[in-house]
Amino acid sequence: MKRRSVVKYAAVAAALSLGLTACGGGSSESKGSETVRVTLANHVWTEGIKAAIPEFEKSTGLKVELTQLGEDQLSDQYNVKLNAGSDEIDVMMYRPLQEGKAFARNGYLADLTSKVAEDADWNWKDYQDGPVKATSYEDKVTGVPIITEREVLYYRKDLLKAAGIEVPKTMEELEAAAKKISSADTAGFVARTGKSAAVTQFSSFLYSFGGDFTDESGKSAVGSDEAKKAYAFYGGLIKNYGPKNVSTDMSWPEAMAIFTQGKAAFYTEADSLYKNATDPAKSKVADTVGFAPLPAGPAGSKPYNIPSWGLAVNEASANQDNAWKFIKWATSKERTLEAQKAGVPGPRASVWSDPAGTSTYPKDLAAAIAVSAENGVGHDRPQVLTVGKAREIVGGPIVASITGADASAAADTAHTAFQKFLDDEK
Amino acid sequence: MSVLTPARTSGRTVNAQENFSAWANRHRKWLFAAPAMIFVGVLIIFPLAWTLYLSLTDSQGSVRAASDFVGLENYLTVLTDTERFWPAVGRTLSFTLVALGCEVILGMGIALLLWRPFRGEKWVRVAILLPLVATPVAVGMMWRLIFDPNIGFANQLLGLVGIPPQPWLSGQDSALPTTIFMDVWQWTPMVVLILLAGLTSLSDEPDEAARMDGANAFQRFFYVTLPLMMPTVIVAILLRGIDALKTFDILYATKGKGGGSFHEVETLNVYAYGLSFDYNQYGLSSAVLILFFMIIVGTMWLLTMRKKAVSK
Repeated sequence: MKRRSVVKYAAVAAALSLGLTACGGGSSESKGSETVRVTLANHVWTEGIKAAIPEFEKSTGLKVELTQLGEDQLSDQYNVKLNAGSDEIDVMMYRPLQEGKAFARNGYLADLTSKVAEDADWNWKDYQDGPVKATSYEDKVTGVPIITEREVLYYRKDLLKAAGIEVPKTMEELEAAAKKISSADTAGFVARTGKSAAVTQFSSFLYSFGGDFTDESGKSAVGSDEAKKAYAFYGGLIKNYGPKNVSTDMSWPEAMAIFTQGKAAFYTEADSLYKNATDPAKSKVADTVGFAPLPAGPAGSKPYNIPSWGLAVNEASANQDNAWKFIKWATSKERTLEAQKAGVPGPRASVWSDPAGTSTYPKDLAAAIAVSAENGVGHDRPQVLTVGKAREIVGGPIVASITGADASAAADTAHTAFQKFLDDEK
Repeated sequence: MSVLTPARTSGRTVNAQENFSAWANRHRKWLFAAPAMIFVGVLIIFPLAWTLYLSLTDSQGSVRAASDFVGLENYLTVLTDTERFWPAVGRTLSFTLVALGCEVILGMGIALLLWRPFRGEKWVRVAILLPLVATPVAVGMMWRLIFDPNIGFANQLLGLVGIPPQPWLSGQDSALPTTIFMDVWQWTPMVVLILLAGLTSLSDEPDEAARMDGANAFQRFFYVTLPLMMPTVIVAILLRGIDALKTFDILYATKGKGGGSFHEVETLNVYAYGLSFDYNQYGLSSAVLILFFMIIVGTMWLLTMRKKAVSK
């Protein structure tokens, strides 16, 4: 009797522990291929797609299982799951310029080259060149761009009018205007200040001053005279005419908050974030915000024009055909137009040439976007495998310049470090 | 034959069952501990062994990609890195020591105040425990808003008494002290709880005897209460110290990847996270984590030794 009970208890204990581990395993049980597992980032684009998913489910009979995450959590998820070769993700929303190259090289992204060519109605040729280049790797299509952005100048119409200033067309005019408006309460200029976060917004200044992160031979160019001038200019604007006690950790939410609280006159930022400034629920200056193309530097006005997000298929997914069906639907002309109307600039040329595509945009913003799309540069950060590390290196002089250190010396240091980084990556 | 077979089989089954029962009974301590041991093995020992293995390779980009065995090269790289690693060690230790020191001293003071019954005691205890139940990321976000140099509450408060605005989290030198303050705010209640439990279990007699001998409050605390409390204090230090060494959430929530533009609050944990999730240098990151693990185990061992010595 006694022996029996020991066995019984042991059996119960074993069953319980198995049960617990099964709970831990959670969603790993295999799903039928009728379910497409989609991982998306928190974004206005995602909100629109989410609302339309029932439509897709009805027309295809497939079921969509959606996971939605913040930008950083999304990156971490991919790092863990794709690293482990997990097939739990079918469709993934990713940042082509941040992770695309590394993901493609690691073999995480399925080759979509033949799929994009299949359907003339869906029309891959409709996609702008810059975004297509960024979602391709070694002549293979590895993703479909969904959101594009360019850097534009956000400004306060009321403050400019009060000061009697025209909208600045050159960097010199921008500096003079920022200087004139800057006061104890209101900063003349604000932009991102975080070492890594600022790199993308600084890039347009770098190009407009005639520089780039690397030269044609792929060597570091952040120590060039043009780059040094750009670093000193961007940092100087914030140091001299930026908010008092400026933090050196600002990404767009912090910088945008300063602008939308009415505490700054000029702000350079991605156009895709414009709703944050024009929506009265989020912005105190919704009525008075204006948009203009990036002011021209010595080399002209050269903002970046890039695809910030794309959709890709997980190479390890066993459900690639259905995953493609989802992507094709989510990136169709109709959906792109819908998204664009909701404030998400898309990558399709036909949508931009359609008057309906810009009908909901402030007129000056639509004009600024058109200009930027024409003379834009196709990248906004170093085009390397470990983008995170590269951004920290080339972002160093931005922060140095903001805090009043010697931008030129910092650029030399960054140049040496960046060249070493590039050599190591080869 | 055909009739006999089932009988024989069932006899065998009974035998097997009995044998298993006897075996299980003899090894019941192992049998009952097995689920927990398997759990520990799968979730702690395996990852640890895997990390150790990775730390000896040049794995980067993807852990599934081919990597070479490089021996102790990663450790050499890390240990000679005076730009990120050693400053991170320094920050980890100073964060832990200062936060822990404040927490134990404050915690002891508060525990002594709450020790004797008073009116409204329950409410005060609940109020004091509130920071403990808040999630660290939410705490980080809250303090980040309070300490915002331009629109934050802290600087407005300082302005009322005429003190100029401070950079707080955005200052190169003030960021780490500010995060220490946040840690102290959140975790002192836990130390209070542990110390209060220790205090209530003390007998009143030694204290009374000292009182009879004419010892003042100061003497009674330092020569009677504190020595008696020592084992509890060390438990509090042990639990809180290990936690403080491993702090990640509030640092990441307030300063993000890399611990700020100047790595102001980059502790070992934040550094290792950046190495693996931002740089994808798994070999190097694993080496940092193994070294970090050794620091924690070493500290724990020292404290446990000390506790044994005190308890004797």
